[in-house]
Amino acid sequence: MDAASRPPLPNGLVAFVKRACPTCEVVAPVLAQLASEASLPLTVYTQDDPAFPVEVQPAARADDTSLEVSWHHQIETVPTLLRVEHGVEQERLVGWVRAEWRALTGVAGLGSGLPEWRPGCGSLSVDPDLAPELAVRFGAAKLRARRVELAALEDEMEAAYARGWTDGLPITMPTEKRVLAMLAGTTRAPQDVVATVPPDLVECTVEKVAINAVMAGCKPEYLPVVLAAVEAACTSEFNMHGLLATTMPTSPVLIVNGPIRRAIGMNAGINVFGQGCRANLTIGRALQLVVRNVGGGRPGEVDRATFGNPGKIAFCFPEDEEGSPWTPLSSDFGFAPGTNTVTLFPGEAPRSIVDQLSRDPESLARSFAVCLRTVHHPKLPLVFDAILAVSPEHARVFREAGWDKQKLIARLHELLMLHGAEIVRGAGGIAEGAPEQFANATLPKFRAGGLLVVHCGGGAGLFSSIIGGWANGAIGSTPVTREIAA
Amino acid sequence: MSEPRIFLDPTSERRLAQRPRLARLRTLQGVTVGLLDIAKPRGDRFLDRIAERLASAGATVQRYRKPTFTKPAPIDLRQQIAVQCGAVVEALAD
Repeated sequence: MDAASRPPLPNGLVAFVKRACPTCEVVAPVLAQLASEASLPLTVYTQDDPAFPVEVQPAARADDTSLEVSWHHQIETVPTLLRVEHGVEQERLVGWVRAEWRALTGVAGLGSGLPEWRPGCGSLSVDPDLAPELAVRFGAAKLRARRVELAALEDEMEAAYARGWTDGLPITMPTEKRVLAMLAGTTRAPQDVVATVPPDLVECTVEKVAINAVMAGCKPEYLPVVLAAVEAACTSEFNMHGLLATTMPTSPVLIVNGPIRRAIGMNAGINVFGQGCRANLTIGRALQLVVRNVGGGRPGEVDRATFGNPGKIAFCFPEDEEGSPWTPLSSDFGFAPGTNTVTLFPGEAPRSIVDQLSRDPESLARSFAVCLRTVHHPKLPLVFDAILAVSPEHARVFREAGWDKQKLIARLHELLMLHGAEIVRGAGGIAEGAPEQFANATLPKFRAGGLLVVHCGGGAGLFSSIIGGWANGAIGSTPVTREIAA
Repeated sequence: MSEPRIFLDPTSERRLAQRPRLARLRTLQGVTVGLLDIAKPRGDRFLDRIAERLASAGATVQRYRKPTFTKPAPIDLRQQIAVQCGAVVEALAD
């Protein structure tokens, strides 16, 4: 909170009460005693009835029925007693605890006729029925985004489409109230710059991410994931600009690791890449809306994709770490298991590998390899990375045989060494392929580190999945992992 | 009148929040001008006179009529006018 815009507190003892609180009624004579006996001056802010408590002289009572002072000073309980020096809060007590009140006020015989302890009641400033409105009334000033007021006859949804704010699907309209609620999902300040978003290279604040997260349908607890994803997307290694501008059908794919997956209700199981899970879909969509709205990246403009893919609306999923025989994907990028991370991969739409017969790891690895060889073109080596998403039923084969992830990846690399004679241009009667000079060479399909293995999907089905990548490395994009901060 | 509906701009704010009006016509010569009768009584009398004046200034006049003055023009009618006309005069008369 901006200290300059918050109402100052008077010096001395400052109490917050409401008549509707039985403990405040009990404490009323104590407040009168403080007014006459304490060495410090007393001010009592009353939240519901300016005439309460009658025992206290009107001059010492302050009307806070607007709840402005209570809201700005984060009063959560009544009674709350503060000691204030030079306008700065020094001590705070909540509820009635006789010994503590005596110690803070220095009045030895304070409240001798009262019980030793009484819990307080909720402050009206945090009443769930009032809090969202109060947040707008007192907190909206911290939002810097331009306000867009609709004309009387404008339909909200049509206005959003007309302004180009949507990806073609309806959005949740970004009201001040919703954006303030969204910002409660992060400890970061609204005006913190998260990233410079391509293609327009616009500095994007936490607030702008929150606005787009509201529109995407996110809950506030998803916001930290979205913020980390925006940060990762806008690194030079990930190269969001190139990924947006390419004619290839690739776009950011978000893979979430760590306890946050379950905390916010992500789905790593049945239909993991499909519809039905709000967290998966809206987090992925929020990133796309940031690129669209803040970065100005729109299809037909800088986005030149020939086909695109449905994942360009939203493609985000968590790894099933609990059911996995392997270490999480994030650990391949140097993060300790248990760290909340999001990994961005420049991916196309997923496609299926069907193998319902392999029961030994070598056979299944060979199935994976022949399918992986086809990523973008069976005759193109080294250029594209890929994600191999292994289902629980397929993973079981490796678990039972004692294959860790490194062993599987190493075997796949061996199986995916391509003979130059088979893949050079013209071989097999196909003009596409590796340059002629590699005719006598053996080339790997994937560069080292270019094959990412994750574990996810429903418990039934002897299928796995491939998500092909985009031009890799310095000429294109490298997967980027970011820790998700609170 | 309902409460104003205010939203936070999700964009880089490089484009104007409100679009400017189209440039005014410099001449009526050869321009198709739509006359929209909002279906209030005697509005047609007013528009008849406007039509004469526009025609004498070289404009081609197209006449349109809303089904009722109590509601906004139907979207089809608005699109028809937008496609067919270079300018439109909407008459309110009582």
